[in-house]
Amino acid sequence: MSITVRLKKGLDIRLKGKAEKKLFPESPAAFYGVKPIDFPLLIPKLNVKTGDRVLAGSPLFHSKLRPEILFTSPVSGIVSEIRRGERRSLLEVVVEREGTEHIDFGRRNAASLSRREIVESLLISGLWPSIRQRPYHIIANPSDTPKSVFISGFDSSPLAPDMNFVMDNTSSVLFQAGIAAIGKLTDGKINLVLNGNSETSELLRRVSGVEHHHFSGPHPAGNIGVQVHHIDPLNKGEIIWFVNLQDVVAIGRLFEEGVYKPERIVAVTGSEVLAPAYHTVRSGASVKALLDNNTGEGDKRYISGNVLTGTRIDYDGFLGYYDSQLTVIPEGKYFEFFGWMMPGFGKFSFSKAFASGFIPGKEYSLDTNYHGGERAFVMTGQYEKVVPMDIYPMQLLKAILAEDIDLMENLGIYEVAEEDLALCEYICSSKIDIQAIVRKGLNLMVKEMN
Amino acid sequence: MNSLRKKIDRIKPHFEEGGRFSKLRSVFEGLETFLFVPDKVTVRGSHIRDSIDLKRTMTVVIIALIPAFLFGAYNVGLQHYRSIGIEGSVVQLFWFGFLKILPLVIVSYGVGLGIEFIAAQIRGHEINEGFLVSGLLIPLVMPIDVPLWMVAVSTAFAVIIGKEVFGGTGMNIFNPALMARAFLFFSYPGWMTGDKVWVEGLTKGQNVIDGFSGATPLGMLAIGETGNMPSFMEMFLGTIPGSIGETSTVAILIGALILIVTGIGSWKIIVSVFGGGLAMGLLLNAVAVNSYMELPAYYHFVMGGFAFGAVFMATDPVSGTQTETGKWIYGFLIGVLSVLLRVLNPAYPEGVMLAILMMNMFAPLIDHFVIQANINRRLKRLKVATNNIKK
Repeated sequence: MSITVRLKKGLDIRLKGKAEKKLFPESPAAFYGVKPIDFPLLIPKLNVKTGDRVLAGSPLFHSKLRPEILFTSPVSGIVSEIRRGERRSLLEVVVEREGTEHIDFGRRNAASLSRREIVESLLISGLWPSIRQRPYHIIANPSDTPKSVFISGFDSSPLAPDMNFVMDNTSSVLFQAGIAAIGKLTDGKINLVLNGNSETSELLRRVSGVEHHHFSGPHPAGNIGVQVHHIDPLNKGEIIWFVNLQDVVAIGRLFEEGVYKPERIVAVTGSEVLAPAYHTVRSGASVKALLDNNTGEGDKRYISGNVLTGTRIDYDGFLGYYDSQLTVIPEGKYFEFFGWMMPGFGKFSFSKAFASGFIPGKEYSLDTNYHGGERAFVMTGQYEKVVPMDIYPMQLLKAILAEDIDLMENLGIYEVAEEDLALCEYICSSKIDIQAIVRKGLNLMVKEMN
Repeated sequence: MNSLRKKIDRIKPHFEEGGRFSKLRSVFEGLETFLFVPDKVTVRGSHIRDSIDLKRTMTVVIIALIPAFLFGAYNVGLQHYRSIGIEGSVVQLFWFGFLKILPLVIVSYGVGLGIEFIAAQIRGHEINEGFLVSGLLIPLVMPIDVPLWMVAVSTAFAVIIGKEVFGGTGMNIFNPALMARAFLFFSYPGWMTGDKVWVEGLTKGQNVIDGFSGATPLGMLAIGETGNMPSFMEMFLGTIPGSIGETSTVAILIGALILIVTGIGSWKIIVSVFGGGLAMGLLLNAVAVNSYMELPAYYHFVMGGFAFGAVFMATDPVSGTQTETGKWIYGFLIGVLSVLLRVLNPAYPEGVMLAILMMNMFAPLIDHFVIQANINRRLKRLKVATNNIKK
């Protein structure tokens, strides 16, 4: 049954630097990185050492707890560096591109394969990590069977790529093949949620084997968590899986062409980008080529992903496994004289406590300053305005801080992930790091339930 | 402002861990962040943060209090000049009142912030902004003739026992400003009730002209002497005796507008307090057996501290309910209890303060039931899902 949902709660942060609908073809980067830190709770074990020769599709590392889950190289080349952080934790495995060979996984018709064969192909090729689960927002367990699969047909986060534009430039054959493969993974449905705010790409409207739903309203309408909550809410013990739109294409390509080629269209956005536009790159590509001669003056923050949930990277860092957006905003390391007292015409705020709150439609260049000091929870009723779910965010956060497992469960910890409460973190007047608290709660639950 | 910034950066090391004045670190930080919004940047998670912080939030509340404060100053002067039968210009009246209120404000802020600074230093926290509002609320809910030492003692009580023992701003159970008032109300009732304390000079035995009464409308109603009752319009405008900031419903409504438009104060609480008061007033009208019960229900809005309590006290996010549904219930019950205490309790002419403090106490219970309903919805969904599987 198709569902139409109009959400009222939420917030679209009006940022400068939206990508122009112009697509640049791939100009291959010199370096590619695969980062274990993209995968919460993963304990990686290396398969390669510096200097090893790898092909596109060769494993670089695997999961210690589930050794069948492999993380493979997006290109062929040589392992040039293995970067480690504090206490020798693995930060990234860097591959220098060389040659165009790839491992041949064999062309097969996904529709005629068994579930076991599909799971095996996804695991061996390194595409399995693109299938994630709720609860906990982590890589799916291959031995589970989810009650349904969700694919969000749009991204509502700040400056997010327009998925209709992306899909208009994507092969419908590969997408359809990906859907056929994913369909084998569940006994339930594949729920494809379309953007009710705008025209939808024909590819998404025409695709078969899915149940179409329509969601409209401000961010986080495009978040999986919100969509699941309204379509097929998660109860204790239930599992749903979800896949990003462009990863469906990569899965389709694995079966249609027999290669691991995680190609995607990435929006390069943000107020500090001179020419925000779309680029075709491979997962894990160094962002340097996208930024060279393309950013303004001053200290900048490079983010793989969007400003709310993305990961901070260096100028020559790598695009995250799940990200199809690169954002560049100004750093905010400055003191502001009586900043809290000024009328604030140029300050975007969810509250109406600044003059800017009465000027509609203006776009802002926001920086990384906290705009205040951290305090205890004081204001109430704010978080609820940006969480379009039947959940009490503040009470849930307090339950997590108290490590009260029963209460967390009762208040809906299974239904949320960091990204669903990211807006709470943005608007919080007490400057509390909410996403870190949510992740702490999710990790605690994983530990408790297994 | 660069030179000021440079000076601060130069002396900053002395206040840091191991520095000469590290014992004054919280005070230094408090002053530094007062002058400059810090340069702290995000690390991960949300890379951008809203411009609002608690300083800004509290500033908005203070701005919302200004109309009531200004009118309060004018009214102190007005009541004083009336009592001695002299005419004065608006400026004269205002200036007279302003000079009378100023010491109260200074004592309240001095004592309160002093204790806050010490508490922050002991805990190693940054100084919280909560008292910026409480410090102005306390004088506004006092009678003008209250001795300064009483303000000091009650403020200290409110900050230490009402707030800091619970862990500071954000942790307290009762509204600190009302704690200060309640402390005086029960410790020195002679200074908080009656018909002498509301007009400057009366307690000092100053001569008043014939026929002048310093009683508040509620005081008159409580003893059934309604001959001198001011008109509805006078009470609405606020040219009546009463606590400094509470008399003018107009000024308070301007403040309410500021709080509601900026979204800082909960309109749900404000509206439901008035709704509760109206409902209780109408109920009393319906079963009236004396003249007080026959008083038109909407009169309660303009008398005593009803409006002030609804707009500035009940909306305190820390001591009130935290859930949106809870706010409706909480506000409504404050309204009901306020009118109930006023009309049916012979001991206290005013009931708003006690009604709010009592509902502060029950706020967590209200929230508990609202949240339990959410939990039950989730459990019911689980039950339906498991039953479907069994079938």
